[in-house]
Amino acid sequence: MSETRFTKDHEWVRLEADGTLTVGITDHAQEALGDIVFVELPEAGREVVEGESIAVVESVKAASDVYAPLAGRITEFNETVVDDPALVNRAATDEAWFFRMEPSDPDAFEALMDEADYDALLETL
Amino acid sequence: MTEPVLNIEPEPDQLHTTPLDALHRRLGAKMVEFAGYAMPVQYPAGVLAEHLHTRTAASLFDVSHMGQFSLHGEGAVAALERLTPGDFAALKPGRQRYTLLTNDVGGIIDDLMVANYGDRFLIVANASRKAGDAHHMAQHLGGAQLDQHPDRALLALQGPAAAAIMASLCPAAAALGFMGVAETALGGIAVWISRSGYTGEDGFEISVLAHDAEALATQLFAQPAVLPAGLGARDSLRLEAGLCLYGSDIDELTTPVEANLTWAIGQRRRAEGGFPGAVVIQDQLKTGPHRLRVGIRPDGKAPARPLTRIIAGDTEAGGVTSGGFSPTLGAPIAMGYVRRDVAATGTPLGLSIRGQTLPAQVVDLPFVPHHYVK
Repeated sequence: MSETRFTKDHEWVRLEADGTLTVGITDHAQEALGDIVFVELPEAGREVVEGESIAVVESVKAASDVYAPLAGRITEFNETVVDDPALVNRAATDEAWFFRMEPSDPDAFEALMDEADYDALLETL
Repeated sequence: MTEPVLNIEPEPDQLHTTPLDALHRRLGAKMVEFAGYAMPVQYPAGVLAEHLHTRTAASLFDVSHMGQFSLHGEGAVAALERLTPGDFAALKPGRQRYTLLTNDVGGIIDDLMVANYGDRFLIVANASRKAGDAHHMAQHLGGAQLDQHPDRALLALQGPAAAAIMASLCPAAAALGFMGVAETALGGIAVWISRSGYTGEDGFEISVLAHDAEALATQLFAQPAVLPAGLGARDSLRLEAGLCLYGSDIDELTTPVEANLTWAIGQRRRAEGGFPGAVVIQDQLKTGPHRLRVGIRPDGKAPARPLTRIIAGDTEAGGVTSGGFSPTLGAPIAMGYVRRDVAATGTPLGLSIRGQTLPAQVVDLPFVPHHYVK
């Protein structure tokens, strides 16, 4: 049973059964960006701190940074998204995940926003 | 992630609107602020689809934010030649020309389209510059008279299907050659129409009274080939066509020679001078400018955005002024200014992007061939 949380920077973070986190951008984010044409993702093995800019997503209109939702180590990135950036527009919340990571502090996940909080945030935009 | 600036700018309260504002909103446009106007940046189809549709069929753009002026009366030609380096003595009735308002140091105050309608010249100026242009031009009129047309809208129908549409709705427009203009009627609506545009495609720019604008747009949207396109697609289309965006690629600190727009300076004017900044521009024509606007193709997939530093070997070479993704080529493209010694086609350059130096090279402009009517 997986659980998904969110960041104020419009990322979703899914807790997998093995304790790793899968991270992507939300549907709101891909919608706001428009046609996505370039994605740059962090290499596996990289140690990241919370809030560090570690990935880039560019649409025809603009470039945006993607931040590490929590501190930890990158274990994998999604090559399919690098090869086909438009997949983010089609499947932001499943197939078009960006990277997986092992959090330094397994409990930190609980501090992220739940779906109700994120929906409330979207209401304010 | 951070959202792109274009999307998070809330619409300020006191924006100007174009006569097609209600239509844009009915069509589901995403509206943004541009030069003080609420303008459609894209419709539900999105920038990529709108761009590609323009290259393969036809798109209708609302460019009513642009300034429209009539210059008429005794001395109108002389006034244009006091203001610009264009040869307006040679511009025949029914013809239009791209030109530049220059300042005393040869910089570009604005880039313009000027059309000879026989009894007057129609001047189309950038939205962000039109107020300043009006003030500047008013000081150089001599006996000529300048009228602004805030009561007129401007629509651009662009793409390979545009000519066939005009053949049925406005035969006089379909008969025009590239940069030809006519005062005629389109589906019963009085228009000032030119065979031109800013996408690199064949097409038409249509000046119409504001109260007729929606009826005109509705007629054009009734054509199966025509879909709406916004400022997003307009920007990626003009970049592929190697055309300058005022404020990014040209400004008051860039000269026509540096901007690779010497073709807009008439042969007679090059010799005679007599326009603002002529001394600087004539000197640059003789000895070459220190820097030049060039096309740039990154080798990889990362787009180079404006202000990206350009490096040649281990030296600073210049900066990117326009850059993004080319939907037609499926690859990043950019324009920028580089030192003249590294401006030749094929010269390898580096682009400083997020702390890395990514390989690129100088390429010929346009990136995508123009498809203007002969």
